[in-house]
Amino acid sequence: MRGRHRFAIPFFRYLDEEGRPEDSLPLWTRDHDLLKAIYESMVLTRTFDQKAIALQRTGQLGTYPSTLGQEAIGTCIGLAMAAEDVLVPYYRDSAAQVLRGMGWEEILLYWGGDERGGNANIHSRDLPVCVPVATQLSQAAGVATAMTIKGHAGATVVTCGDGATSKGDFLEALNVAGVWHLPLVVVINNNQWAISVPLDQQTATASLAQKAIAAGIDGVQVDGNDAIAVYDALNNALEKARHNAQATLIEAVTYRLSDHTTADDASRYRSQDEVRKNWQHEPILRFRNFLHGLELWDVEQEQALLQNCQKTVDAGVDKYLAQKPEAPEAMIDYLYEFVPASLESQREAIIAKAASLNKNHQGA
Amino acid sequence: MARQLSLVRSDRDTENEPSGHQENIVEGTLVEAVNLALRHEMSRDDSVVILGEDVGANGGVFRATVDLREQFGPLRVLDTPLAEGLIAGLSIGMATQGLRPVAEIQFMGFIFPALEQLVCHAARMRNRTRGRLSCPLVVRVPFGGGIHAPEHHSESTEALLAHIPGLRVVVPSSAVKAYGLLLAAIRDPDPVIFLEPKRIYHAEKQRIHDNGQALPLDTCFTLSQGTDLTLLSWGAMISDCREVVTKMAERDIAIELIDVATLKPLDMETILTSVRKTGRCVIVHEAPRSGGVGAEIAAEISERALLDLKAPVSRVTGFDTIMPYARSETVYMPNTRDIEHQIENTLGFG
Repeated sequence: MRGRHRFAIPFFRYLDEEGRPEDSLPLWTRDHDLLKAIYESMVLTRTFDQKAIALQRTGQLGTYPSTLGQEAIGTCIGLAMAAEDVLVPYYRDSAAQVLRGMGWEEILLYWGGDERGGNANIHSRDLPVCVPVATQLSQAAGVATAMTIKGHAGATVVTCGDGATSKGDFLEALNVAGVWHLPLVVVINNNQWAISVPLDQQTATASLAQKAIAAGIDGVQVDGNDAIAVYDALNNALEKARHNAQATLIEAVTYRLSDHTTADDASRYRSQDEVRKNWQHEPILRFRNFLHGLELWDVEQEQALLQNCQKTVDAGVDKYLAQKPEAPEAMIDYLYEFVPASLESQREAIIAKAASLNKNHQGA
Repeated sequence: MARQLSLVRSDRDTENEPSGHQENIVEGTLVEAVNLALRHEMSRDDSVVILGEDVGANGGVFRATVDLREQFGPLRVLDTPLAEGLIAGLSIGMATQGLRPVAEIQFMGFIFPALEQLVCHAARMRNRTRGRLSCPLVVRVPFGGGIHAPEHHSESTEALLAHIPGLRVVVPSSAVKAYGLLLAAIRDPDPVIFLEPKRIYHAEKQRIHDNGQALPLDTCFTLSQGTDLTLLSWGAMISDCREVVTKMAERDIAIELIDVATLKPLDMETILTSVRKTGRCVIVHEAPRSGGVGAEIAAEISERALLDLKAPVSRVTGFDTIMPYARSETVYMPNTRDIEHQIENTLGFG
């Protein structure tokens, strides 16, 4: 028996775990401002993440999904995309969302239980975060189809976790991206864990990137903790999407150093030893070492950056905490463009109920 | 490099005909009215795009989209891979970017993979972005029994959809209604589930004014005036109800027949005005009885017009069972005798 088709999944990594280049670096890495921007965004993302968890622990934020250890992915998506591209994020992409114009206070509003955190920035066509797993992939295919139909020059970037690759929507979206030659880039944040289920219980395949092969699109695997590799893969995939109308699946291999969310306790199902080992691979220290190696970064810059990040995050937190709750009738007002006549009486009932709850609350 | 969807299979696709439209009276069936409305709106508005299974070269399994790909090209009439969840997800993505997708789900029995997209996303997009994005999409779905179709091809699960805030659920009952309501559905800025009663797809030809005039959504249509009893229904059962109303008129019983037409949001005012006048109400639907839209209407009437009632509100419906296959389907389906019988009971109450 002879094989009819043979496939290989390319793997990219440019920096070793100490941040030393393993290979000749892509040309774009000569843009030192960009390298610094990557580093700064990753540090800002982690600063925010720590603050968000602290807010949740002190009762000032609802359940929050940490991005700890996965900062390279959101950062590189945000920096590689052009304004006219469209981002269809899941819930670990705050770095990308903020780089594309969202405020940190909006991210907090969303996880703090306020609909105004749904990326309500009127100028953006990006979709809000998607909580039901993998449904965003079919929508992203629709966004990319709209670009094709309208002759729009941009590309669509959609993200998901490793668990999402088990869902039909994931495969359906890859499939149509192949058939219709959609300008779509699918990024899997493969952080090894879907809440408590490890990757080897999710799939028997040797990689997630190879799922692209069955859809007739390119699949690549990158070290998701090497920001050079992640940015480069995105850059190439975006170029291919924009100019050749070809979709790409990028599997960014990383590790979830945090619990799934603040409502989770990962010590129930994985060892501290495993987590400790994975701290050796995390993206930020690696990149700082890389910048040190290029003599682009020193201790003063690091201190200034940490201070700036703290300031930025504190400003976002202040804005979030100062935000008064929305008028309660908003829960009716945004259902349809116009409030249907049949909902007027319920709208009034909502206003009255909220007023009476307020009164009782003040009286108590 | 120009982008191209690789959907082009026919040379005819490239021959775009001019799409100028003047008032045109067409004798047509309900399914032809759907086609006319789609054609009209696609000519008028470049953002209207059709997608679904077999909607292109085949023109849809019921021929609702026939010749549209020839006229508007493969970029506006998309044959999708066979995946209903995908069809709904694609429509949402397209709608958020300023297109007006009109998706076809081939039969209502196959809509379920699409429900997650419709319920968790289409219905909520405006709300969860506080109006930044919206989902002006239409999902057309042939539904209902009575055509001796195979299993999963005859269900009426409109109540599942009518329960979802943020959706509109619209059901035409004739060719003229289908034309006007479909235009309205496509132009509506929010997601509309457009349920087409396939039992009457070819039942009757009507004179359709193909003039782009939409009918109002969120409104019941009073089809006959009467003072003795209010008869409420939608979709294919309206034909049976009309027959009964005519028969009753011969016996000097004046029935007010109301085509509910939009099941979500529900125009209770028209219904209540009628029931307050007649004091008697019978609701007819093909869907199973418990938890059906009829139950909601009856509850509203009892809350808001109890003292005007001269008899209990009653229902003529399908049974609370799985839609039987073709051989037993006539037992399941409400018919004119069931309706007549219930009207007589209600009139004789007390």
